[in-house]
Amino acid sequence: MSAKLKVKKVFKIFGNRPKEALALLAEGKSKETIFQTTSQTVGVQDASFEVDEGQIFVIMGLSGSGKSTMVRMLNGLIRPTSGEILIDGVDVASCSGAKLRDIRRNKIAMVFQHFALFPHRTILENAAYGLKVKGVPAAERNAKALAALEQVGLASWAQSKPSDLSGGMQQRVGLARGLATDPEVLLMDEPFGALDPLIRREMQDELLALQATMKKTIIFITHDLSEALLLGDKIAIMKDGRVVQIGTAQEIVSNPADDYVAAFVADIDRGRVFTADTVSSEPAVMQLNSDTACDAVKTMEDHNLNAVYVMDGEEIAGVVTYQQAATADRESGEAEVHLSDVMQTEYPTADGDTQLADLYGAASGGLPIAITDADNRLVGVVAPEAVFAQLSVPSENAEGEDAAEAVAPENTELVLDDAR
Amino acid sequence: MSPSDFLVIPFDEWVTAFVRGWLVPNFRPFFRAVQVPITQVLNGLDAFFAFVPMLLTTAAFALLALKFAGRGMAIFTIVGFVFIDLIGLWPQTMATLAMIITSVLFCAVIGIPLGILAARNEMTWKVLRPTLDVMQTIPSFVYLVPIVMLFGVGMAPGIIATVIFALPPIVRLTNLGIRNVRGDLIEAAEAFGSTPLQMLFEVQLPLAMRTIMAGLNQTLMLALSMVVIAALIGAGGLGLTVNTGLGRLDVGQATAGGVGIVILAIVLDRITQGFGVQNKVPSISLRQTLVSMFRPRASTPVLNGKAA
Repeated sequence: MSAKLKVKKVFKIFGNRPKEALALLAEGKSKETIFQTTSQTVGVQDASFEVDEGQIFVIMGLSGSGKSTMVRMLNGLIRPTSGEILIDGVDVASCSGAKLRDIRRNKIAMVFQHFALFPHRTILENAAYGLKVKGVPAAERNAKALAALEQVGLASWAQSKPSDLSGGMQQRVGLARGLATDPEVLLMDEPFGALDPLIRREMQDELLALQATMKKTIIFITHDLSEALLLGDKIAIMKDGRVVQIGTAQEIVSNPADDYVAAFVADIDRGRVFTADTVSSEPAVMQLNSDTACDAVKTMEDHNLNAVYVMDGEEIAGVVTYQQAATADRESGEAEVHLSDVMQTEYPTADGDTQLADLYGAASGGLPIAITDADNRLVGVVAPEAVFAQLSVPSENAEGEDAAEAVAPENTELVLDDAR
Repeated sequence: MSPSDFLVIPFDEWVTAFVRGWLVPNFRPFFRAVQVPITQVLNGLDAFFAFVPMLLTTAAFALLALKFAGRGMAIFTIVGFVFIDLIGLWPQTMATLAMIITSVLFCAVIGIPLGILAARNEMTWKVLRPTLDVMQTIPSFVYLVPIVMLFGVGMAPGIIATVIFALPPIVRLTNLGIRNVRGDLIEAAEAFGSTPLQMLFEVQLPLAMRTIMAGLNQTLMLALSMVVIAALIGAGGLGLTVNTGLGRLDVGQATAGGVGIVILAIVLDRITQGFGVQNKVPSISLRQTLVSMFRPRASTPVLNGKAA
């Protein structure tokens, strides 16, 4: 996959003397100091990231972290003070007004926090706005807008006014308006922030379902880390206008870059972030036809396991626990016990993408969980202990190490700043 | 002891010299030309209202009142206009109406673009704002003299004086209406690639319409209040009736003219107030509310089914 959107060393200073503020930033002064000395507000400092085509890229930060400024720079609503923003190689930061308008009409659409629907237009006219501005003839734009409304399940409301709709429905219209022009990039500025929790959850699922078919490049802004972790293929965390960490949900939760990120991550439901893949281990397996209970006991002792899977060729035949195998082996004396006599044919399975939270039930049975691929072959085993080990927040020691590791690149960045 | 013992500024002479010595001789043709469109519109309207029979005009206004201001106002319009006719002031009222409409038309044509300009350009607003303040605070008698000098006497100069007096509210409220359009709507329009003109006509003007209409209503009311003053420089109509009554100490005639102006003012005010409210979402009527209150299981009257 290629990078659809590249942001390179972008700064935004609000105020009338941006150069001064930039110079102070290069000296390593903080946002507060700069505001006190020059009364210039630092919106975004030194942000760089790349977004791949078809990816949901989440920018997460608290209010004042510069995330809204960042997203508005991507479609030129705010022009950056310095730096480059490349969409398919075209620099949005420096292109002409006409070119920018062209990009906005054809390539990039936006969904707003407070919906920003035009109250004097019907739902259909709202959804068709982008097309109307583009000069698409009425019949065609209405058909397209209706199709977009259909996608979000609101086609029957086409002739209503926005004030007739609830918040969740209004935001769906906002989404339909964004989709109607068939943009390649969709900017979503805290789109679900103004909705109540149940509706928000519903909308998140719906967005994911839509994205599964649309494959748009989405930049999603949120202040809610759990939303970021749920939706984001990649997540950037911003603080004081700086991008503090970029990574996948799992990378961020398992390896927070600094105390700030760690503090966020602390409250996260880790069971929803990590998947079975992250805790599965290479399976030690027995063969149904060739191995005996005695072999199984030996294997489990060698690997320090409670149970082991039994394969019949490529297929999973069942699972043997240490207790069952050892008891059978002891009772039988010298005779060899066939594995099929001691194994259980009922065993828990899951696929690798299953969230840990959905494994609790399976794990509570005490048996290792078989991780299977699409062809139902055994690719790994999740020990019940491993599930709960992953859920617990790493000990102080480990966290310290992680933080030190993650801070390192930032230090080099500062050195670069100084050099400049 | 005061500064005037040492220095006297002949301000009045300077102004006289400026207006008489420079403005009038040099720009008279220009000021005459300015009057032409006003005179044209006014004559047209005047002839129109004089031609249309009284009953037809009354019916038209009653219908407008019914649509924009309700049944009560429609009845008031009929009664009021018939009363004006009965006291013999119908022709004067129509002359005044033509004058008012002309003034408001020119106020709108000048004021709305100015307001739009002011809303989009900070510099324009900085210049315009004190100018409007001056226009609103200067007593209208002060500029009657230069107006007579530059434009002469008659209906058109009367309208020009009225326009100067009545222009500020429509400029201010157009400016305010456009500036008050929600920021995120502007952002949304911009994010979808609107040109400045598209932004104006698709988003800003429609959303500012209520405020602009309120401005138009204010302008209309101010224009009506200038009727009597404009009559001093030759504008006819009800203002002239009042002035003549005043001159002759004819309390009856002055009162009759005054009553005519008041009736016209009420009718025009209510109708134009209704213009601005038209775009509103239909509200639940009193009857519907009452019905729903007595319905079993107190279901609230829902217009379009607000589903969650």
